[in-house]
Order: sequence, then C-alpha cells, then structure tokens
Amino acid sequence: MNSAQSEVNTNFLQTPRKGLGSWIFSTDHKRIGILYLCSVLSFFLVGIALGLALRLELFSPGPTIVSAQTYNSLFTLHGVIMIFLFIIPGIPAILGNILLPLQLGAKDVSFPRLNLLSWWLYMTGAALALLSLFGGSGPPDTGWTFYVPFSAITTTNVSLAATAAFVLGFSSILTGLNFLTTIHRLRTPYMSWTQMPLFIWSLYATAWVQVLATPILGITLLLVVLERSLGLGLFDPGKGGDPLLFQHLFWIYSHPAVYIMILPGMGVISEIIPVFTRKHIFGYKAIVFSTLAIAFAGSLVWGHHMFASGMSDTAVFVFSLLTFIVAIPSAIKVFNWVATMYKGSVTLAPPMLFALSFIFLFSVGGLTGLVLGAPGPDIHVHDTHFVVGHFHYTMFGGTGFALFAALHFWLPKVFGRMYNHRVATGAWLILFTGFNILYGSMMIVGMQGMPRRYYDYLPEFTLGNQIATAGSWLLAVGILLMFGNLLRGCLRGEPVGDNPWGAATLEWTTSSPPPLENFIDEPEVTRGPYDFKGVNIS
Amino acid sequence: MSVDAHRDDTGARMGMWLFLFSELLLFGGLFVLYAVTLSTHGEAFAAAGRELNWVLGTINTLVLLTSSLTAAIALSAVQKGNSALALRCLWGTLALALCFLVIKYVEWSSKIHHGLYPGGAQLAERPEGQMAFFNLYYVTTGLHGLHVLIGGALLGWVVLKIRQGGVHRSNFVLLENSVLYWHLVDLIWIFIFPLYYLML
Repeated sequence: MNSAQSEVNTNFLQTPRKGLGSWIFSTDHKRIGILYLCSVLSFFLVGIALGLALRLELFSPGPTIVSAQTYNSLFTLHGVIMIFLFIIPGIPAILGNILLPLQLGAKDVSFPRLNLLSWWLYMTGAALALLSLFGGSGPPDTGWTFYVPFSAITTTNVSLAATAAFVLGFSSILTGLNFLTTIHRLRTPYMSWTQMPLFIWSLYATAWVQVLATPILGITLLLVVLERSLGLGLFDPGKGGDPLLFQHLFWIYSHPAVYIMILPGMGVISEIIPVFTRKHIFGYKAIVFSTLAIAFAGSLVWGHHMFASGMSDTAVFVFSLLTFIVAIPSAIKVFNWVATMYKGSVTLAPPMLFALSFIFLFSVGGLTGLVLGAPGPDIHVHDTHFVVGHFHYTMFGGTGFALFAALHFWLPKVFGRMYNHRVATGAWLILFTGFNILYGSMMIVGMQGMPRRYYDYLPEFTLGNQIATAGSWLLAVGILLMFGNLLRGCLRGEPVGDNPWGAATLEWTTSSPPPLENFIDEPEVTRGPYDFKGVNIS
Repeated sequence: MSVDAHRDDTGARMGMWLFLFSELLLFGGLFVLYAVTLSTHGEAFAAAGRELNWVLGTINTLVLLTSSLTAAIALSAVQKGNSALALRCLWGTLALALCFLVIKYVEWSSKIHHGLYPGGAQLAERPEGQMAFFNLYYVTTGLHGLHVLIGGALLGWVVLKIRQGGVHRSNFVLLENSVLYWHLVDLIWIFIFPLYYLML
C-alpha cells in the first residue's frame, strides 16, 4: 500500500495535517459537519442561557432581575440565535453534512469548497449577530420577527441583526443548493430514488424550501435596512408603503422556514424507529410523498400568522383551510411511525427514547397548532403564551428532540466511541420532564390570557409562571447532563464497532470513524435502507 | 493530494440553475411589492412611471440584449476552440455592461438632481403613490445594477481564465455558468423595462 492510499484509508479525524487550520479550512464534509456541530451547539447554549434569564425574569410579577428594555432585547436575541443559528442549520448543516454523502455512497458533496464557504458565512452571520449585542445604542428589541414600523424606527442595532440574518440566509441557500445537486448527481449508481434513506428525502425537500424561500427573507430584511438607513419607506404608509406587506413577505419565508426546521427532524425519526423496532418502515412511499407534500403545502400557509393583522375574510378562510391541509401529511407520518412499531421488537435505547418523545411532543405541538390554525380560537389566543408553548412543542420538542436523537444515534459512528447509556437515559428523563413542565404550564397560562413578550403580568398568572420557570431549570440540567455525557462519550467513551445499532443504511457499512473518502471500496447497495434481515450488530 | 480530482459539469450547471432560481425569487419579492402598490395607488403610481425617460430605457435594453448576444457568441466560440474570438466578444460584453451602468448613472443623477430620491425633499412633497413608485424604482434598478456589477466581475474573471488557458474547448463550464448568470441579469431587466418604463 503506497502512502497516498494509506492516507485515504485512515480515518478522517486523524489526517497527517494537524491543528486548527486542518479543520477550519477543510473541505471534507465530515469535518465541516463537526465544525457546524461545535458552532451550532455553542450558540444553542447561548440561546439557552438567554431563555433561562427570560424565565427567571417571569418568576414573579414586576421587575425581577432585568429592566423592561433588557427583557425586550433578551427575547429578541433568544429568538434570533435559536432560529437562525440553531434550529435552521441544526440538523441539515450538522448531520446532513456528515451523513448525506455517506448515505448516498459518495465521497463528498458536489461542491466541497462552497460547503466550506457556507460555514464561513454562517460564522460571519453569527459574529454580526453577536456584535449587535454591543455598541451602537443597545441590542435589538424588536423580537426575532423584526416587524415594522417598530423595527424601522427603534434606535437599537436592528440593521446589524437584520444583516446577520441576511448573511445566514445566504449560507442556508448555498447549503441547500449543494445538497440538491449532490442528491441528483452523486448518489451511487446502485441506488434508485426509492432506495434512498428517508433522511435523504427529508433533506431533499428541505433543500428546495431553503433555495426557494430564503431569498424572500433576504430582500425583506434588505428593505428594512434600507428603510432605516436611506428612509426608503416601502413599508411606511406615509410614503405609499404598507406595513402589512412586510408581514406577508416575512412570513412567505418564515413559515416555510419552520418546515426547513422540522422536515429533517422527521427524516431522523424515520431512520431511528425502524432500527430499534427491527422492522421495515411502514409506508415508505407515503412518507416520501408526505415529506414533499409538507414542503409544497407548507409554502402556501404563511397568512395564518396574520389572522389578527387585518386580511380579507376570503384570505383568512383560504389560509386557514390550507393550514389544516398541512396537518394531513404530518399525521400520515405519525401514523406510519406508530404502525412501524406495531408487533416490532422494540428496544428502548437512548436514540429510541428521544425518537418516541419526539412523536409525543410533536403531536402535542401539531394538535395545538390546529387551535391556532382555526381563525376563531386564534383571535383569542393570538400573541399569548399559548403560542409560545405551541411553538416550543413543535420546534424544540420536535426538531430539538430529533437532533438529540440523531446525536445519540450517529455520534458513535462519527467518533467510533459510545457514550454511557444509563446517564443518557437519565438525562432524557430529566429533559423530558422539565420540558413538559415548562412548556405545558406556558400553554395553560397562555389559555388563561397571559400575553407573550410582556415583562410584567397580573398576579393571577404567578403560579403558572413559577412552575414554568422551575421546569426551565430542570430542562437545563437535563441538557447539560446530556451534552456532558455525549462529549465524554465522543472523546473517551468505549470504542464501538462499525454498526453498533444494527442499522441497514450505507453509512454503517464503512468503518467508525469513516475513512477520509468515506468508503475504501465502492459501496454496493445489496439491501433496502430498512431491510434488517441478516444485519448484525458489530 | 490524496483526493481524486472530481469534475461534474452537469452538476455544476445544475448548481448554477438552482442559484438562478434563488435570484429570481430575490427579485420576486420586489415584483410582488410592485403589483400590490400598483393596485393600491394606481393613478399616482402610473403618473410617476411616465416621468421615467423611456428613450434611455430602450437604449439600455438594446445595450443589455446585445451584451447577452456577445456573451452567447463567446461561449460558442470557446466550444469551437476559437479563444481569440471569445475574448473579443467577452470584452464587448464588458464594454456594453459598462455602457449600461453609465446610462443608468445618467438616469439616476437627473432624477436625484431634481430631488427625486428616497428621503429627498422634492419626493416628500409628491403624493404617496409617486413616492412608492420612486422608492421601488431605486431599489429594483439598484439591485439590478448590483447584479450587473457582479456578473461583469464574473465575466472579467473568466476572461482571465481563458487567457491563462483554464477555460478551453473541453472545459468551459465556468464560462457557461457565468454566461447563464449574465442572461439572468438580462432576463430580469426584460421584466423591469416594460413594468417601469412602458406599461404605466
């Protein structure tokens, strides 16, 4: 074996070049995935810290720890960081990058240098977002939605934060474009479209939404920045503009964006459930179809964010109807996952526990979404904590738990080491309990009439808020325990074999950690992604 | 290097087309604003539109269409191995791009001279629909002008590559993608021109 060959065959964590430069300038999709892993999770911890501060402020009525202005900045930064720096890039950028070529039997993505550029753009956007915290006249206080007219007139650093979101959007578009091309062009010739793992299908649908919806956010934020800097006024009724147009344009992106967030999570669950049930996924084609249907129909429902903003009754009716239609493909997926488990041999390993709690939490989030999708009840709970609770059930209980499930499932593949299962189970239990206490109470005080984004509240909401805040502490403990266990597992855990869970997709046929070019020999597709007959744990 | 040199021209073209879709949607947001503002402020909006200089607009349309033609000829020339012709055509495209921007500059500065710009004193006295028209006009043509600059820079880089021998008859996807981008710049103008200069 000559030296060039042996370099290809060593695992990607141990290339001859060492140091930071071999990571931050690497075009290896696995290394870029790990760069995203470190950066995205770091910002997640920042977002958690801001969220804990918000909850602490709401522990009692009146001023508790911060001023009203600081509170406004806290929820704005919590939203901007969690949405643009954590949930949107979370699963696609971390696990999509690491797994997409592996599951397709490819050596890398189609455009490796563009992939590296995406990470650099992500870091640039992140730096701008953090910069907006300092200098100028204080951190932005508009909420992550940057609604005009307030965002056009507030003196805080809104322009900087909006520019940050613009740059992050560009990073997201380039990742989507790269993934789409990779799926079309670099799939191993032995794999047909219907032999692709469902995670790939979910990335495929997500990537289309990323490419087609994100530019609308870009132009909208650009117009806000121009309105602030040049007095443009396209959203200013005094200058012939219309603030409602901002809301339309903003949600034309930002509603599909929630499917950018949730679809990859659904893909993860579709991978994990069959492995720990030892059964073929129920309704492969129905899941593929529902994935594409969610991406398509989800792009036509943005108006349901504006039932209280002023729209014609016809528009309200149409947007409400379309919103209910999205529930159908979502429910198809839930039923398919549950049907997969029927008469299966279920193992409650940590990834499965997170996947099962995803189904529960996402169902709660989805069903409370129907309350909001119906215009009548929406008018009553609009802008209350009920919305905040619903949103966190879908996004955190959905995407967040799917990400945790995915990390527990695939990190042993990436690092070749296993975390402690008992600690992982304990962390899951604490996290799951804390989660429901926190966001369940939020939905209840919301139903009772507690508005969102208020720094003060009426005394009758005190108990509910205190329970929620206590839940937030439990949640934080669970998350820290989980990350600590995962980190220790990745660095110093027990070495594991190539296929510790007995899964059937291609990434498990190569070594753990995978070699630099993923597969030493050209991978052959000898079985379907969920055909477990004869697959052994190794 | 251990990694195999990977070349996939079809993939590169596909990536470019996807990027062009995202560019179309970027401008799409502005066209939505145009449609809504036209329907809410029809008369005043149209009155402002008639103040634009349609002669200069028409000349610019011809300039940009011709630049797309020379860019397309450059691609065919490279495919046939005639790099000298390709270079002459690309220089022609770049000269026409510059010409477009100069005419745009003349148009903008005559309007700005009359105080018709976002936040300008003259514009603030106009009816709302007219203010909306000029605001939208500056953003749309400004963003388009920015794309002319980007496309020009891209083609300038390809000129360099052709001279260095990096782009030739058996490896021309870089030129092809740059020309695709240039056609997009052209295509967007084909929508801007009638909507802003002719239709109102």
